[in-house]
Amino acid sequence: MAFLEVKDLKVYYPIRGGFFKRVIDYVKAVDGINIRLEQGETYGLVGESGCGKSTTGRALLKLTKTTSGQVLFNGTDLTSVSAHKMHELRKDIQMIFQDPYSSLNPKKRIVDIIAEPLRNYEHLSRKEENKVAREYMERVGLSSDSIYKYPHEFSGGQRQRIGIARALTLNPKLIVADEPVSALDVSVQAQVLNFMQDIQKEFNLTYLFISHDLGVIRHMCDRIGIMYQGRLVEEGLSRDIYENPQHIYTKRLISAIPNIDPAHREKQSAIRHQINDEYNKSYKNYFDNDGKAYQLKAISPTHFVALP
Amino acid sequence: MLKFLLRRILIMIPQLFILSVLIFTLAKAMPGDALSGQLENAHADPKVIAEQRQKLGLDDPIQVQYIRWINHAIHGDLGMSYTHKIPVTDLIGERLWNTLLLAAATLIVSYAIAIPFGVASGRWTNSWLDKWVTCYTYFTYATPLFIFAILMMFLFSFELNLFPSGGSVDPQAVPGTLNYFISKFTHLVLPTLSGALLATSTTIQFLRNEVIDTKIQDFVATARSKGVPESKVYSRHILRNSFLPIAAFLGYDITGLIGGSVFVESIYSYPGLGQLFLDSIQQRDFTVVSALVMISGFAALLGTLLSDIILSAVDPRIRID
Amino acid sequence: MDRFQLLKLENLNTSFKIMNSYYPAVDNITMDVFPNEVLAIVGESGCGKSALALSIMGLHNKERSLIKGHIYFQGTDLLSLSVSQLNKIRGKDIGMIFQDPLTALNPLMRVGQQIEESMNYHTSFSKKEKREKTLHLLEQVGIPDPRLTYNQFPHELSGGMRQRVVIAIAIACEPALVIADEPTTALDVTIQAQIMELLKTLQKKSNTGIILITHDLGVVSEMADRVAVMYAGQIVELSAVEQLFNNPLHPYTRSLLNSIPSSSSDDDRLHVIQGIVPSLQNIPRSGCRFSPRIPWIDASHHEDHPVMHEVESNHWVRCSCYKHFYFPNEKVGEK
Repeated sequence: MAFLEVKDLKVYYPIRGGFFKRVIDYVKAVDGINIRLEQGETYGLVGESGCGKSTTGRALLKLTKTTSGQVLFNGTDLTSVSAHKMHELRKDIQMIFQDPYSSLNPKKRIVDIIAEPLRNYEHLSRKEENKVAREYMERVGLSSDSIYKYPHEFSGGQRQRIGIARALTLNPKLIVADEPVSALDVSVQAQVLNFMQDIQKEFNLTYLFISHDLGVIRHMCDRIGIMYQGRLVEEGLSRDIYENPQHIYTKRLISAIPNIDPAHREKQSAIRHQINDEYNKSYKNYFDNDGKAYQLKAISPTHFVALP
Repeated sequence: MLKFLLRRILIMIPQLFILSVLIFTLAKAMPGDALSGQLENAHADPKVIAEQRQKLGLDDPIQVQYIRWINHAIHGDLGMSYTHKIPVTDLIGERLWNTLLLAAATLIVSYAIAIPFGVASGRWTNSWLDKWVTCYTYFTYATPLFIFAILMMFLFSFELNLFPSGGSVDPQAVPGTLNYFISKFTHLVLPTLSGALLATSTTIQFLRNEVIDTKIQDFVATARSKGVPESKVYSRHILRNSFLPIAAFLGYDITGLIGGSVFVESIYSYPGLGQLFLDSIQQRDFTVVSALVMISGFAALLGTLLSDIILSAVDPRIRID
Repeated sequence: MDRFQLLKLENLNTSFKIMNSYYPAVDNITMDVFPNEVLAIVGESGCGKSALALSIMGLHNKERSLIKGHIYFQGTDLLSLSVSQLNKIRGKDIGMIFQDPLTALNPLMRVGQQIEESMNYHTSFSKKEKREKTLHLLEQVGIPDPRLTYNQFPHELSGGMRQRVVIAIAIACEPALVIADEPTTALDVTIQAQIMELLKTLQKKSNTGIILITHDLGVVSEMADRVAVMYAGQIVELSAVEQLFNNPLHPYTRSLLNSIPSSSSDDDRLHVIQGIVPSLQNIPRSGCRFSPRIPWIDASHHEDHPVMHEVESNHWVRCSCYKHFYFPNEKVGEK
């Protein structure tokens, strides 16, 4: 039994039209995603804006309604579980959000922010809450004396760590991190990424790491899924994806990453041109008539590519 | 666009139905009825009263009365006014034009004041002008309309004798003559100013905030980086965008004024719908009251529709289909 | 300098008013931009790079900012001009590309009108000529159907297409200098690659000088000829792009490069710069501004009044602390 198994997940949003505003079509934000996660690993979900990666993450936590499919967490199907049971399970699955500025309530003190998830599950005294808040502030590398401060008194990186502290208080097993460092400067990003790696070891966490940044994904993830228009086009170990991309969309994405060595400028530009030509020429070989990716097929035990 | 209009008008049917039921029940629930308002003499013969009630259909089951009322209303017959003894439609028609005239004048004057002041105040924030305008808006916001209207009347009519204090036209003026128009105009000045001067405060504040928000937008920086002169930056970029929310409210504003300003019209005894409304309530002339509430309800529904149409006309991002 | 400078900044100082005091966000910057070069200004948020760009364009709110020094553009000091004189240069000789194509375009104006607007003030083109020029520009920036897009509104275009329109606006009057403020930050990586390519192609064609403001060292490496690294309002390192990436010297530049996740550091931990970027009011105004972030370097290695040193030909570094800098996990003197 996998730790987390997403089976044929679909999230459709209706498009209404016509005189009576009937549903005439659907936006297929997520259109048949299959993912398996083992405990302790980091799975990266990458894609460009609008590919459905964030919707997938939100669907796992039931923050958006799934149209069909299953999300098996330790064998329990989250899509059909009762509200009561889901409440219990939410302890095990937490989310880290993109924007450290808007995801913390500016009117609440840090102690209240960190203790909030706990309040939904346990009845702790003020003293116990303070103790927990102090403990977690220290764990995320912030001064335990600052629990009475407000979010605006912290920098972006510190806020993101407070967001992580909040997610950790319930001892979750799985963390869905939706673009956790996209709003941060590089040096702060480094700090948060290192920290996420540390706590992963400490708490044996499993990450579903959602990002558009291929550099960050490569640095963080064991396995990676490339998403395009609601479907996975390729999935594999980090080296499968970066060193041996097979799907034309993946190739195009990888070649677009800016090269950090100015000496390779000409070469990189030539590669991009070549891949873009290939993309335009062989588009039909990689996508069906609706422009959708095919089902994933194994080309090695770890590497899957959407081919006809 | 046509589809949108049709759908919206179709939706209005159930809305109007609910409104009519509501108005009818409320009118029925009020103490007294058409008859008690009509009979001056409280000691009238109970037998005559019963006969009259029978004749007016006041003893029929309530749903029968409702169906009769709505059926007539759909055919343009809003019933007879009990006090004026003329059809409600005639009574309203006469005053509707007065109210529309006052409404249009108030709207034009209030926007003519609010737009330049709001824009200037938002453009030159913290200037002396801005401070004075803000002061003015607070003052007018806090002033109750009936006190302000009475004050205006006292000052400009009784003390300075500049404008007439009541009515909509000099009874001696002959319709069609120049004198008649001048008289209409002079009768309009005080009611219009009383309503308009107070109505400006929200629009000014609203517009000021919009201009302040818009002038820091990126596309304004783009315009400046193109070398567009400052006056054109305002006229072509900032103002159009700042007017969007105002335009959205215009529909509501227009219909809000159609209901007539109860205070202004009564204080200046201006024969419009507002004054009629107040009089009819006092005289328990419920056929008139129901008709007026129905008209203003209908106007409110039209107002939302009008707002949507205006907004879609000025903002290309909003498409209605 | 043997080449004629397009833009010459001399002791440029841009301060912002906070609670009745002025704090310099751009602190005494002296720098040149030459025709036909891409000069990248790189740094993290709050380093003053955008404030610098807006100072050149004269786009700061005059009530809340104070600009001192000189900005010589083709010999004229832009700071000595009135707004109406400046308007004859903005859009004609200097174009600007903004970060977010979603907000940089007026939502109520058609794309064609927005591009033509600068021609209204800087050329004597007839209506027909303006339209033709605009269609040509749209084609130049890679819009697939210029005639269609000419009459479209911004919201009808994708992010990448909008940024192409923003670029078309910037180059409408064939400016000698283009200032691009984070031109690809809001875009997806494949679109970013296309836009970078487009900018380079346009630049080669018309010998434009480009000031590229960015926080992304990848973009710098792909686009720039020269790089200025900014920290806390100052330039800390200035060099040709190859030198900067092959031989970075200033501790800040080295730290920044080490904190990027890259293929070469797959399993390594990323370098974290200690402390936080100081806010405008808290920037240390004396001594080496980066010293609080590298406390393990002995204070005696910093200069009291750090100046730029030309270490090799056209490679400048501020403060002499770079000679003694090492990362905490390295052995002393490894460098």
